[in-house]
Amino acid sequence: MNIEEYRGVWVFIEQRDGQLVDVGLELLGAGRDLADKLEVDLCGILLGHHVKELSNELFEYGADKVYVIDDPVLANYRTETYMKAVGDLVRKYKPEIFVYGATANGKDLASAVATEVMTGLTADTTILDVDVEKRLFEASRPAFGGNIMATILCKKHRPQMATVRPKVMKKLEPQPGRQGEIIEETIDLKEDDLRTKVLEIVRNAKKAVNLEDADIIVAAGKGIKDEKGFKMVEALADVLNATVGASRDVVEAGLCGHDHQVGQTGVTVTPKLYFAIGISGAVQHTVGMANSETIIAINTDPDAAIFNVSHYGVVADAFEIVPLLTEEFRKALQVKTEEGGVAHV
Amino acid sequence: MNILVCIKQVPDTKIIKVNPKTNTLDRSSAPAILNPYDAHAVEEAVRLKKIHGGKVVVLSMGPPQAKEAIKKCVEIGADEGYLISDRRFAGADTLATSYALYKAIQKLMDEDGIDLVLCGKHAIDGDTGQVGPGIARRMEIPPLTNVIKVEEVDPAEKMIKVRRKIENGYEIIQSTLPCLLTVEKEINEVAYSPLPNMLRAARYNPIVWTVDDLKDVDMKQLGLKGSPTIVGKMWPPAKSDGAQMLDDEGDVKKQAEKIVSLVLEKRELFEAKGGER
Repeated sequence: MNIEEYRGVWVFIEQRDGQLVDVGLELLGAGRDLADKLEVDLCGILLGHHVKELSNELFEYGADKVYVIDDPVLANYRTETYMKAVGDLVRKYKPEIFVYGATANGKDLASAVATEVMTGLTADTTILDVDVEKRLFEASRPAFGGNIMATILCKKHRPQMATVRPKVMKKLEPQPGRQGEIIEETIDLKEDDLRTKVLEIVRNAKKAVNLEDADIIVAAGKGIKDEKGFKMVEALADVLNATVGASRDVVEAGLCGHDHQVGQTGVTVTPKLYFAIGISGAVQHTVGMANSETIIAINTDPDAAIFNVSHYGVVADAFEIVPLLTEEFRKALQVKTEEGGVAHV
Repeated sequence: MNILVCIKQVPDTKIIKVNPKTNTLDRSSAPAILNPYDAHAVEEAVRLKKIHGGKVVVLSMGPPQAKEAIKKCVEIGADEGYLISDRRFAGADTLATSYALYKAIQKLMDEDGIDLVLCGKHAIDGDTGQVGPGIARRMEIPPLTNVIKVEEVDPAEKMIKVRRKIENGYEIIQSTLPCLLTVEKEINEVAYSPLPNMLRAARYNPIVWTVDDLKDVDMKQLGLKGSPTIVGKMWPPAKSDGAQMLDDEGDVKKQAEKIVSLVLEKRELFEAKGGER
C-alpha cells in the first residue's frame, strides 16, 4: 500500500427514509477542520435510493464533493450492500481519512469496511485532530470502560478510519447556496443475489425516553443505591418537568432501562441543565454529559471526579438534599406559574 | 444446528483503577470476568440448541487464564470450548483479532460445520464492537449486529429472522445461514446454571491451541504486527477548573435553597413550559 496515494477526508452520510441523520452533518463540521488543515477536499459519501437531492444540503454544511450511489438495493441499510458500495469507493478514490457516525448502522458499516479494505478503525471517538506534517489522524476516545483517554493512530494503513459519537461534534452554520461537485457511481448488485433482506422497520413514533432533546436532565448514579433512591430522583425530575438520566451502574442494577443511560455506552446529551446525583464521574459517564450548559453535582465524596466537570457542586447526602430540593422547587415553580396567570395542577 | 460463540475474558471495568502516576491500568485491581454481553450470546446459543439440536462451541483468544471464562460458558451450557493462546497473538487490535479467530474458526469448520456464529455486542474493556463484523467479513457471511431477538430459525431452509435494535426502533431482517449475530443484553436473561452444568464446568478443561495448531497462518497479520492501529498516548480525563462548591458549612437546607435559586435564574427553562404542565 502506497499511503501517499491516499488523499482527502471522507464522511459517511447516514440517511434514514430519505432524511439526513444529524451526526453526518456534525461530522462534516469536524471534517471541514481536518480537510482545511490538510488542504484537501471534504467529501460526503451518500448511499440510498432517491437520495441525490440531499447533496445540496451537504454542500451547505461544508462538503466540497459528494459521492452518490443511488440504487434500489441501497434503499435500506444492509451491511452486505453498503460494505460493497463503500469498499469499492475507497478502493477507487483512496481517501486518507474516513469517519462515520457511531450509530448502530454506522458502527456496523465501519467495522465491515475496515476488514474489507484491511485498515485500522477506532471506535466511538470524541476528539479528532490531525498531525499535518505526518498527515496522521489522531482519533481519541475514552478507553477501558472510560477510565482513561487514549489517542489511537493508524500509521501504515489507509484510510485512517474512526466512528464518532453523535452530538459530540458541532455542525457548521449552513451557507445557503454553497455549491460542490456531485460524483455519481453505481453498484453492481442485484436484489436476487443478496443474502439479507430487511423485512420491516419499526420506528417508535415517540421515544419513551428522549434524553437527547431534554432541556433538563436529572441523572442518578450509584450513590442513589436502590429503588427508593431512584424514586426520589424521579420525583425531583417530575417537579422540574425533566427527563431522568442514569449512569451505567444504575442501568445495570436494573433500576431503569438502558434508554436512560448517559455516557460512552449510552447517549450523549447537551441539556441546559444537568443534575448529577450520586454520580462519581467516571469518564464513561462524563463523556456523555460534559458539554451540558450548566451541571450541578451532588455527591457525598468531596473528591468525586464529577466535581471536575461540574459548574456547581454540593457535598451532601442525596437522601437528605434531594427531597428538600423537590419540595423547594415545587413551592417556587408553583408560585411562578401562578404569577404568570397559569394555573398549576 | 452447530453454533459457535466467540467470547472474551475482560477485566471488570467498573472496578478497574488507573494508576495516577503512570496513567496505566492497574489490572490487578479488577477481577477477570466473562464479558457480560458474551454471556448473553452463550445463553442464546444454548436456547437455540435446545430447540434445534446440534451443539454449542465456544472460542476465545487470550492468555491461559482465559480458560476460566470458557468454563463459565460451559456452566451456562456450552458443550465445548477452545482457547487460542500464544504470545504471537499478543497486542492484537480488532483487525488482527478477527484474523486470529477466523483462522481458528476455519479449523473448527473443517472438523464440524458451523451454522451460526454468535458474539456479544461488544467487550466492555474495548467497547468497539468491531471484531464480530470483522469475523463475518472474513468468513464471507452476513453480519447482523445489535440483535435483540431471534424471531425465527429454519435450519432446514437455512434461514434466520432477527430483530435488530436501531436508533429509535428496530428492524426485522432475514438472512441466509450461516451468518453471524452480535447480541444485545435484551435478547435474554442469563439463567442460573443448573447443578450438573456447574459440576461439568468445574471439571472441564478447554482445548488450547497455539499458532502452530492453526493452518495457513500469515504471521504478518497476527498480534501487534498485524494491527494497523496503535495507541499514541494516554492521559487522564480532562480536569476543568472544577465546580464552584456550595458548602454553607454543610447546612443542607441552605445548600438546597442556593441550588433552587441558581436554577430559577435560568428562567427560560420554566417560563415557556409553564402552560404545558
